[in-house]
Amino acid sequence: MTEPGQALAPDQDTFPKLVRANAQRFAHKVAIREKDYGIWQSTTWSDYLEQARLIALGLASLGFARGDKTAVIGDNRPQLYWAVMASQALGGVPVPIYQDSIEKETQYIVDHAGARFAIVEDQEQVDKLLNVKERCPRLEYVIYDDPRGMRAYSEPFLLSLAELQERGKKVEIGQPTYFDDEVAKGAADDVSIICYTSGTTGLPKGAMLSHRNLILTARNAAAFDGVGGDEEILSYLPMAWVGDHIFSYAQSILLGFAINCPESAATVLHDLKEIAPTYFFAPPRIWENILTSVMVRVEDAARPKRAMVHAFLRLAQDIERARLDHRPVPLWRRLLYPLGNLLVYGPLKDNLGLRRVRRAYTAGEAIGPDIFLFFRALGVNVKQIYGMTEASVFITVQRDGDIRLGTVGTPVTDVEIRVAEQGEVLFRSPGVFHGYYKNPDATRETLEDGWVHTGDAGFLDHAGHLVIIDRAKDVSRLADGTMFAPKYLENRLKFSPYVREAVCFGQGRASVAAFVNIDLAAVGNWAERRNIAYTSYTDLAQKPEVYDLVHQEVERVNRSLAEDEALRGAQIRRFLILHKELDPDDEEITRTRKVRRGYIAQKYAALIEALYSDRDHVPVEARVTYEDGRTGTVRADVKIRDARVFAAREAR
Amino acid sequence: MSEAPPPAPLLQVDGVSVRFGALVALSQVSLEIARGEILAIIGPNGAGKTTLLNVVSGFYHPYEGRIVFEGEDRTRLRPYEVAALGVARTFQNVALFKGMSVLDNIMTGRLLKMRGSFLLEALYWGPARRQELEHRAFVERVIDFLEIQAIRKTAAGRLPYGLQKRVELARALAAEPKLLLLDEPMAGMNVEEKEDMSRFVLDVNSEFGTTIALIEHDMGVVMDISDRVVVLDYGRKIADGPPEQVRKDAAVVDAYLGVSHD
Repeated sequence: MTEPGQALAPDQDTFPKLVRANAQRFAHKVAIREKDYGIWQSTTWSDYLEQARLIALGLASLGFARGDKTAVIGDNRPQLYWAVMASQALGGVPVPIYQDSIEKETQYIVDHAGARFAIVEDQEQVDKLLNVKERCPRLEYVIYDDPRGMRAYSEPFLLSLAELQERGKKVEIGQPTYFDDEVAKGAADDVSIICYTSGTTGLPKGAMLSHRNLILTARNAAAFDGVGGDEEILSYLPMAWVGDHIFSYAQSILLGFAINCPESAATVLHDLKEIAPTYFFAPPRIWENILTSVMVRVEDAARPKRAMVHAFLRLAQDIERARLDHRPVPLWRRLLYPLGNLLVYGPLKDNLGLRRVRRAYTAGEAIGPDIFLFFRALGVNVKQIYGMTEASVFITVQRDGDIRLGTVGTPVTDVEIRVAEQGEVLFRSPGVFHGYYKNPDATRETLEDGWVHTGDAGFLDHAGHLVIIDRAKDVSRLADGTMFAPKYLENRLKFSPYVREAVCFGQGRASVAAFVNIDLAAVGNWAERRNIAYTSYTDLAQKPEVYDLVHQEVERVNRSLAEDEALRGAQIRRFLILHKELDPDDEEITRTRKVRRGYIAQKYAALIEALYSDRDHVPVEARVTYEDGRTGTVRADVKIRDARVFAAREAR
Repeated sequence: MSEAPPPAPLLQVDGVSVRFGALVALSQVSLEIARGEILAIIGPNGAGKTTLLNVVSGFYHPYEGRIVFEGEDRTRLRPYEVAALGVARTFQNVALFKGMSVLDNIMTGRLLKMRGSFLLEALYWGPARRQELEHRAFVERVIDFLEIQAIRKTAAGRLPYGLQKRVELARALAAEPKLLLLDEPMAGMNVEEKEDMSRFVLDVNSEFGTTIALIEHDMGVVMDISDRVVVLDYGRKIADGPPEQVRKDAAVVDAYLGVSHD
């Protein structure tokens, strides 16, 4: 089942065929659990097939034809996974839509996909569709699962899933082989799903993925990372997101492992604890939330307990850091770890529902190294993956024992990666999508000779791990043509607890220079512990000791940049610590704390000029806006420091 | 629903008066509640709305007049006897067991349905266990219905006010009432919470067919969800009819809405 390669057995080359095989192989094995009425209710693989069969036959009784599209909208529910399979069984294409989409977005996708059928969770989704049905001329039937509140609806095109399955039973009596015949007509290269991606610009695009795309990608990724048939996962991320489709649908069906649908969106963390999955995905935001909730509770604990937790967490993090760097771990630390496991790590993991996790993935934005390290130190095998809808998710995965901070891992089996001239990452794999539905222009832009343009700038480091720097359009160049990714450098600087904000300059210049904002709380605390007196942010920022502290951080970043050929040329040559904090009230950063580079460059033009001269200090006078709206001036003499630039060899 | 009143109303209040010493809280009030309807009782502060609910649920006994529930006179019953007949209520000021979990609070709503000896219950054995499971299953249906799964194990006292009100409704529903009395179910709620609560009231009415009488001050809510409105002023009924009609009634406008008419 898990050997790599492109070939698929003809009786197992679509998901409905695989489910049928599972219903024989694992008839009594749990396929889906759902917490309902406070209890985890299980359904087996033979239930899976049976329920989907009745839905399919019910759809057939309404005239479902091969190639028809079915919109699927709702929270993760067994019925909706069955609905996905049912449409595929009849040669149709499910189109999952985000359950929290507003009417306009739902309408756009239903209409653009030309869905004839919609299978939805409840009244909320029905109401949305009723309001937009006029503008979706191809939509004929709306089928809902939860009958609650539906009593007063009399629209002839509305029916409940139970009614649909009743109709299915009648068809089964008249045409007992219909379902199997339709399943047999399915082929590996049929489109199996259309996932609409919510591009940051413009209208959503529907990526078409075939059974072959998903089966091969799911199989390769599972083999690459040792995912087996006994996994338990929590299916809590939207069904419309391709990630849920590959974890909760493709891999679950391919390997026959169980998925668990939470009771409601609000109970996910509870349900996580009850299920204790072995295979888990969470975006960085969720890892961050879990960490925060742990830390808040630790701070509430009695002093001796708090001290113990902090001491053991520090120990575990030191060990993990050494392991990731392939440095030896001192014996006494190794001996203390089991004690920590008994007192802190084990109970903590158990409480969070992460005790049984064999591998947990994170993807999306960059995860902070502290958060990443925290969970790894506890013994939760968190790993970065890099993927996208157009790849059927998996492009790279961090492999066990070969995890490098700041990278997203190595290409999964059969995935090839190429970095284009301008630094854009391209890939080719068995998972490459069949194009965007009814959007050949966008397809042409993205897909070229089998290679997909990711739109991300990155490079392969010396160990063959992919590093993603930024969106390709945000990357610029120094005067000599060296690639310069300001956001990447700034993020690296901000990984230091002492650096709150950073702004890097260098486009069209000979070298890179940086403004740094210190973190007043962290640096203030640091200064107090060293008996360094200060009066204000401005005063603290210009202390020579603080400059020394930041100097170390800058050189740490430079040292890590020197490891990679692509970034080596863009090390930070000179920096200064700004005399005031960048503030949304002064329009220097946005309310969501994104640096407004252009505005800062203009406002602090004199400082930038000084950075690119040979002066070592520059007097400034700045207007600041106070909280109450008054304005005042801050005068300071800002120092400028040169940072050491490293060559490749020194970095190691 | 109000045009063709069914032959036997669920509840009849017939010329009821209540006095506290010299204060006349209700004076000769008569009204009927038909099966399956949502009746709103409105009126200015001190008009006697809560007193009326208290008379219906047996907390007070009227000085004169009769209360007929399902055709039987039961003017003089005690509150627990009224509850056993199928009348459940919520309170103006939330009255939950603050230290108990939401689940346990709702389970108390099933108390009157529980049979069995103290000994069996204490041993949690045989029929007692079976009964407990049945009641728990019913309570879980209510929890699902009111979408409070996430707070099942939370102590009621730690919940925000809007949720406490919802838990109170859940406890009342757990008793499977024929008549549900809600005393200002939306007081102190924000717009979103009010919308949720309105939806739940309507859903309870349509899904379970429960008859509902509610006291409410938010006129928007009253006009939206009730089939019929009764207006009290100084202990007297001054209007009774469909919302649109009551809204236009000059006496009501004077007494309650406080708009001067020229």
